[in-house]
Amino acid sequence: MSDEQQSGNNVPSPRDDTGEVIGVRKGMFGANNGGDTSGYGGLVRTVTLPGASARPYGGPGGVFDEIADELEGALEEQGIAPGNALVKTVVDRGEITFHVAREHLVQVARTLRDDPALRFELCTGVSGVHFPGDKGRELHAVYHLRSLTHGRLIRLEVSAPDADPHVPSLVAVYPTNDWHERETYDFFGLIFDGHPALTRIMMPDDWQGFPQRKDYPLGGIPVEYKGAQIPAPDQRRSYS
Amino acid sequence: MSAPHETPHATARATTEGTVYTVTGGDWDEVVQSAAKADDERIVVNMGPQHPSTHGVLRLILEIEGETVTEARCGIGYLHTGIEKNLEFRNWTQGTTFVTRMDYLTSFFNETAYCLGVEKLLGIEDDIPDRATLLRVLLMELNRLSSHLVCIATGGMELGATTIMIYGFRDRELILDAYELITGLRMNHAFIRPGGLAQDLPPGAVDHLRELVRTLRKNLPEYDKLATGNPIFKARMQDVGYLDLAGCMALGATGPILRSAGLPHDLRRSDPYCGYETFEFDVPTADSCDSYGRFLIRLEEMRQSLRIVEQCLDRLEPGPVMVADKKIAWPAQLALGPDGLGNSLDHIKNIMGTSMEALIHHFKLVTEGFRVPPGQAYAAVESPKGELGAHVVSDGGTRPYRVHFRDPSFTNLQAMAAMCEGGQVADVIVAVASIDPVMGGVDR
Amino acid sequence: MGLEEKLPSGFLLTTVEQASGWVRKSSVFPATFGLACCAIEMMTTGAGRYDLARFGMEVFRGSPRQADLMIVAGRVSQKMAPVLRQVYDQMPNPKWVISMGVCASSGGMFNNYAIVQGVDHIVPVDIYLPGCPPRPEMLMDAILKLHQKIQGSKLGVNAEEAAREAEEAALKALPTIEMKGLLR
Repeated sequence: MSDEQQSGNNVPSPRDDTGEVIGVRKGMFGANNGGDTSGYGGLVRTVTLPGASARPYGGPGGVFDEIADELEGALEEQGIAPGNALVKTVVDRGEITFHVAREHLVQVARTLRDDPALRFELCTGVSGVHFPGDKGRELHAVYHLRSLTHGRLIRLEVSAPDADPHVPSLVAVYPTNDWHERETYDFFGLIFDGHPALTRIMMPDDWQGFPQRKDYPLGGIPVEYKGAQIPAPDQRRSYS
Repeated sequence: MSAPHETPHATARATTEGTVYTVTGGDWDEVVQSAAKADDERIVVNMGPQHPSTHGVLRLILEIEGETVTEARCGIGYLHTGIEKNLEFRNWTQGTTFVTRMDYLTSFFNETAYCLGVEKLLGIEDDIPDRATLLRVLLMELNRLSSHLVCIATGGMELGATTIMIYGFRDRELILDAYELITGLRMNHAFIRPGGLAQDLPPGAVDHLRELVRTLRKNLPEYDKLATGNPIFKARMQDVGYLDLAGCMALGATGPILRSAGLPHDLRRSDPYCGYETFEFDVPTADSCDSYGRFLIRLEEMRQSLRIVEQCLDRLEPGPVMVADKKIAWPAQLALGPDGLGNSLDHIKNIMGTSMEALIHHFKLVTEGFRVPPGQAYAAVESPKGELGAHVVSDGGTRPYRVHFRDPSFTNLQAMAAMCEGGQVADVIVAVASIDPVMGGVDR
Repeated sequence: MGLEEKLPSGFLLTTVEQASGWVRKSSVFPATFGLACCAIEMMTTGAGRYDLARFGMEVFRGSPRQADLMIVAGRVSQKMAPVLRQVYDQMPNPKWVISMGVCASSGGMFNNYAIVQGVDHIVPVDIYLPGCPPRPEMLMDAILKLHQKIQGSKLGVNAEEAAREAEEAALKALPTIEMKGLLR
């Protein structure tokens, strides 16, 4: 095996922390309200997402290091300390994720789009994720950026607490995010500051609540059969 | 839950009767004045959400002066199904039955994107058997044909060319017959599963597919003869729905729209998945940036898809279609029973009669499913409409924590305003048809 | 309301009923109410191979005011529900509804916040058609069954009597959960 392959895809980059805890699982068979006779009732497992990686990040042909170097250099040129803008960098399953501090998001995205060595021209929209167990950073907005010039794909992740669900809008940098941000607002209540018209897009305008948050019920109804009733999918017992 | 978003024009206060909202819309005198100044010809037309030529339940709000569209906006969400939320209450394998119903014209692409994402999370991308990958490619390319055929057929119908519609559905039926032979269903197959496929090809499928390719090779030139040189067709399509490269990049448009602006961007070439780098095919482009260019690209892509299908058929070799890992693979190969698909009798005999362990394993895997290590992954495929991406998040459980689809129809539909404003009302139909939005994918 | 509704009950009315039923069933005009996957199968049914023209109804009307059959083809979202009701209200009498596919009939696999759990919450349904999506053959079967129903439909005083009987039967009907027998 050549040196390039060694430093490339095959060796996972080292991690220097254990990752963020997003929840705790208890028991095994979903019997949460007493009466667990399975013997697994006392089982406790913490759920952690992959933690920050240390250099080298690897990637095919060391491309992740290249992207990170260019991005940090470009941010320094603009007078932003990379450590402040990029909270952490996670390399996991052959994908690189930059966790960006929300106040620097627009600047980082603009740099990624405009810097000739980066050139991430295409944003594939924003995907919201709600982690109620991740205290202080419950709402995550995940952006995937694609560079057609260099054929690369990276992920930006921003988080906001439930108490202050504000994230700057990227519509000025990537106009394609217009509908995507409206959708994420509609489903998660994440407010994108600076969006030209942040209104509901999927749900009716007078809808109460943000339906794809974890604290919003699925909203199904029990299904009746002859002599029996099956509860809605979210009311059934599930494996934990 | 946080409080609703408040703006100066809409306030909320709680009363004993419930929350009361007060909505104001600026100064009334200003509204009256601007209305008095406006041209008599200026009207606002609401098209849809129930309209025969809007490609589904799309609502178009057009501001028209005479015959000219000055402003065009889309209202979507009339088919919002909550599929992404529903996925969170089903196990990973069951997820395919939901994603297949998102963009119902490109079922196999949805399934493949989702399964590639799950496989990335599981770390088993390299363990997928070659036969499964080849069959995925084969099904996706057939799906590209059937999706483009519906686009051309309904697009033609919206122009008033009913013959094209009859032709398109005729050829689509042939492809649907092949689907039915392979997956048992005409639509919404849930055939591609995390780890491989639900089932191997049935006997006779390869011969059937070769015959299908022959028939389609004979039929495809008819669209050329019927439409490509047709002066009415050209007059309706050329220079309509114009969107240049800069506009495409800003609005994130991909697929035939981007390629009609001259950029040969195709994920099958630029970020290959499922072994597309080993296939021979061309990425057609046009430089006209208009609906006619997109039509020509779709026609050419259908021919290229047939080439890929043929290469798949030549390379097919017997082998497994599911990963060897019995913790992921469905415990039994299904057998064809008198009522369509059913359980394999041999397998039932084994788990019920001889092996207690096998019964437990079967029960656990079918009811509980497999666990996926925590993390997130993004898998993208080139669907007939553009970049279809699946962002899959797991918290280590037996169910997806969050699945988000970046559907190309949703993103491309944003370009509607840029394509239609300043044009004629009749051209709106052509422009929307050339975007080929499928509302199942837009609203999910 | 036509003259036929004013006829006295008896031989004349039943004869007119047969004639009007035959006329009505032979030229049903469906409204294009395609929503989701089922709409594609509905279009397929209208196209060459399945050829709905054999039953005199290949012309789908864009305007509900020219239609007397609404085929609700697909899942009905909460946002679409008022629109659907408005389209139904715009259709002139007599009118019929086919609930095509399991999503329109009962919500189906989408038992969640976004989907109306059965279009019969909004409009009266004549034929429930199962399947996800139903094959074109199944849609044609539903249409033929509807034709039978239209052929047998009553007029005038007989219609009032039939409506009263139907309502009484519905009030007496046992709820599903109180039924006995196999779980299905």
